[in-house]
Amino acid sequence: MSSNNMRHLLSTKDLSRDAAINLLDVAEDMADVATREVKKLPTLRGKTVVNLFFEDSTRTRISFEAAAKRLSADVINFSAKGSSVSKGESLKDTAQTLAEIGADGVVIRHPASGAPAVLASSGWIDAGIINAGDGTHEHPTQALLDAFTIRRRLHGSASRGKSLDGVTVAIVGDILHSRVARSNLWLLNTLGAEVTFVSPPTLVPADVSGWPAKFGFDLDAAIDAQPEVVMMLRIQAERMSAAFFPSSREYSRAWGLTDARFARLSPASIVMHPGPMNRGLEISSAAADSARSTVREQVANGVSVRMATLYLLLSGDRENA
Amino acid sequence: MTQHTVLTQADITRALTRISHEILESNHGPANLVILGIPTRGVILARRIAETIRRIEPGATDVRVGSLDVTLYRDDLAHGRTRTPAQTLVPGRIDGATVVLVDDVLYSGRTIRAALDALGDHGRPRIVRLAVLVDRGHRELPIRADFVGKNLPSSADERINLHLTETDGDEFVAIEGGRAV
Amino acid sequence: MSNEPHLSDSGLSSGVPYLIRGATLPDGTRSDVLLTGGRVAELGHGLSHAGATVIDADGLQALPGLVDLHTHLREPGADQSETVLTGSQAAARGGFTSVFAMANTSPTQDTAGVVEQVLALGERAGYVTVQPIGAVTKGLGGTQLAELGAMATSRARVRVFSDDGLCVSDPLLMRRALEYVKAFDGVIAQHSQEPRLTEKAQMNEGALSGELGLIGWPAVAEEAIIARDVLLAEHVGSRLHVCHLSTAGSVDVIRWAKARGINVTAEVTPHHLLLTEDLVVGYDARFKVNPPLRRREDVEALRAALADGTIDIVATDHAPHPIESKDCEWDAAANGMVGLESALSVVQAAVVDTGQLAWADVARVLSATPARIGRISGQGQPIVVGAPAELTLIDPAARRVFGRADLSGLSANSPYLDMALPGRVIATFHRGTATVLDGVLRDATEVARLNGVLHG
Repeated sequence: MSSNNMRHLLSTKDLSRDAAINLLDVAEDMADVATREVKKLPTLRGKTVVNLFFEDSTRTRISFEAAAKRLSADVINFSAKGSSVSKGESLKDTAQTLAEIGADGVVIRHPASGAPAVLASSGWIDAGIINAGDGTHEHPTQALLDAFTIRRRLHGSASRGKSLDGVTVAIVGDILHSRVARSNLWLLNTLGAEVTFVSPPTLVPADVSGWPAKFGFDLDAAIDAQPEVVMMLRIQAERMSAAFFPSSREYSRAWGLTDARFARLSPASIVMHPGPMNRGLEISSAAADSARSTVREQVANGVSVRMATLYLLLSGDRENA
Repeated sequence: MTQHTVLTQADITRALTRISHEILESNHGPANLVILGIPTRGVILARRIAETIRRIEPGATDVRVGSLDVTLYRDDLAHGRTRTPAQTLVPGRIDGATVVLVDDVLYSGRTIRAALDALGDHGRPRIVRLAVLVDRGHRELPIRADFVGKNLPSSADERINLHLTETDGDEFVAIEGGRAV
Repeated sequence: MSNEPHLSDSGLSSGVPYLIRGATLPDGTRSDVLLTGGRVAELGHGLSHAGATVIDADGLQALPGLVDLHTHLREPGADQSETVLTGSQAAARGGFTSVFAMANTSPTQDTAGVVEQVLALGERAGYVTVQPIGAVTKGLGGTQLAELGAMATSRARVRVFSDDGLCVSDPLLMRRALEYVKAFDGVIAQHSQEPRLTEKAQMNEGALSGELGLIGWPAVAEEAIIARDVLLAEHVGSRLHVCHLSTAGSVDVIRWAKARGINVTAEVTPHHLLLTEDLVVGYDARFKVNPPLRRREDVEALRAALADGTIDIVATDHAPHPIESKDCEWDAAANGMVGLESALSVVQAAVVDTGQLAWADVARVLSATPARIGRISGQGQPIVVGAPAELTLIDPAARRVFGRADLSGLSANSPYLDMALPGRVIATFHRGTATVLDGVLRDATEVARLNGVLHG
């Protein structure tokens, strides 16, 4: 049983298979806590976790907040919107302030790709850094909760220790701008799943020859291949004005999980969405609300995975990490 | 470093049989018993005790057995390597039950302190008892065992090696290092 | 207006003669070099001169004083990053005797008044010849031509015009600018970057930008502008200079244009000859620069093009920034690197030690040709008797870990800190005066005093 001390969680790319499975297993233990009489652990008593959000994301923030509180950590929410940060305070000054407050862990959401990595390597603050979404780079805890959700659907209570070897996953939508897509790519690949991306040609990064995935433009072909998991990505309205595709109607027709496409999926398949959903655009209500949809489980599992992450980062000697 | 065997496999079996009898005796039978082992080896010992009780008392089919991991309740989590928790499986509700915690070696008592905290988050048992295969002394907390396989006074610089077939392939309790006792 | 070159060669006297013993000249021969009266007075073996300061140059390489066609001195407007004085000191430290000061100051160098002010600041500092570049468009706005003629006929005698940092993207404006500067033998130095294709761009567009989630700066955005501009230059019969070429495709376009007889020259920076985009992986903003660091194959193509003459010169694009502009998240960081102090070492590492360029070639690409493109007198001349005493002595055998102490400018945004680099500038002579001696920068008041003697 490996129990490497993790210092930060910045991306899924540098997560080993053992470390990933270990984290998902710990998340199983954390999920069990939610079924008990007392849904709280004393584990991180006396630790301070700061949610440093430079971008609004109520769902992600409350998920981390619930996770930290269930582990008895003190939680400080620092919304950088409307604070001194929006008045020009630098990331460096903010980080140094948090260091003085005594933050043990910083959960950071930032519109700039790499901001968590800069925070972790800067020397401004000696806290565990968790990337809660940076620009169009990564969103590792989202991928971990997605993998956790898939594993639970496939293996139920026998999930511990299992990988996702051979599981076929189609990820559909705006790959170019999606940090969820990137984090899932690396993690699912590490866990042995086979990833296929489906998107308009304008929404694929310039050179994906190094990505361990298949790429296609035809959602119907991808559906005909009967993937075990279909993950729909949120499409941002502003992409339309930037000429990535002609109209939301055309997008929905070609790349939306419509009722007709949903009906052609295997009854055993899983439909996922990181939320928030654009119903009727990338996913139909019938698909989103069906028993095959994991949208609501994903939210609950998010707390378990984030508890596991906080535990693994904030316990043990940090200087030995 | 030489080690000196203090319990053989047969000794261990005899000790567990005696502990099983003592548990039944103190509980006036098998009713409402929940045997919870502390991972890793405590879980194996708990299963063996539960099996023994069922064998002794043919009516005791409802003796429940499970595991109670204490990792997330330890008081030393800020130090050393990050510990990976083991699974907790509490069989049903424990409110009003007699819970017997089972561990392999009782030493500082800190593991049992953590176990009592963990247990409290699962419910409110009527009675909590403690069974250990080896009690080596050196308590740091006011905790004592109700059922002991073998009291093994040792010095702090000695090691107790406790092997069980399921985890180690062989089975014995030995004492290693330090000054000869 | 005076018809005299502003850098009059006559009557320069440093006061102190220097006798350099046993230096290796660019052609590989060894010679003593006597500098006196602001000129190379004598070459040969066993020279002697009463009262001369003797410098043992055994093992040292002599080069004509280096000329940087692309420097940002930041003054006026951003003197917390660099001033004309500190930039001149950085230049001298790097072996330069002349720098062309880019126009993106505040106020912009788009009038005779501002370019003359920069010229005067350079003269007062005295470390190098500071030759102002004029903006192509008013305020670098990209819509209206600046007063190119007034700058050309000012005391600053501007010949190079550039909106560097921004591209003159309007094709009609570019055509007019190219045509207009023919009146005074000027050249448009274009920052080739198609603006729409590079909106919010952060790094080279390719496999890595996709992985890192940084908006890509595609090679085609540079190549398309270069292709358009060489065709425009051909059409109107003008002279075009392409700043900081960064892609293999750009090399192909330049090669094609030159084969066609188009009057184009091209420049590459030291950093594009050495560094690659992989350095962006840690999001360390010291490696953020525009145009961005490219792929290994681009670096190889640029080196080969410099060796075969397709690329004419190396210029630093020395771009100082204060700490806070780099000590932040990548997107928020400023583009640019300081490069004057490290340029020669980086060129040595990239193309000399690899055998692609001899020291004579270095003299060509870092001195003679940039001086010719910039139409500056008294610079870039071969080390021959009678030439102006503009000279650099370097120790090519030295190796050092480049550090903060190697920087003489105000800013420390060097990508080479903690990197091992070959070569070291031992001495720089400008107008017969040592601005750097034994690797140490001469004191500013001393240099200014000697300069005062010269102008007095």
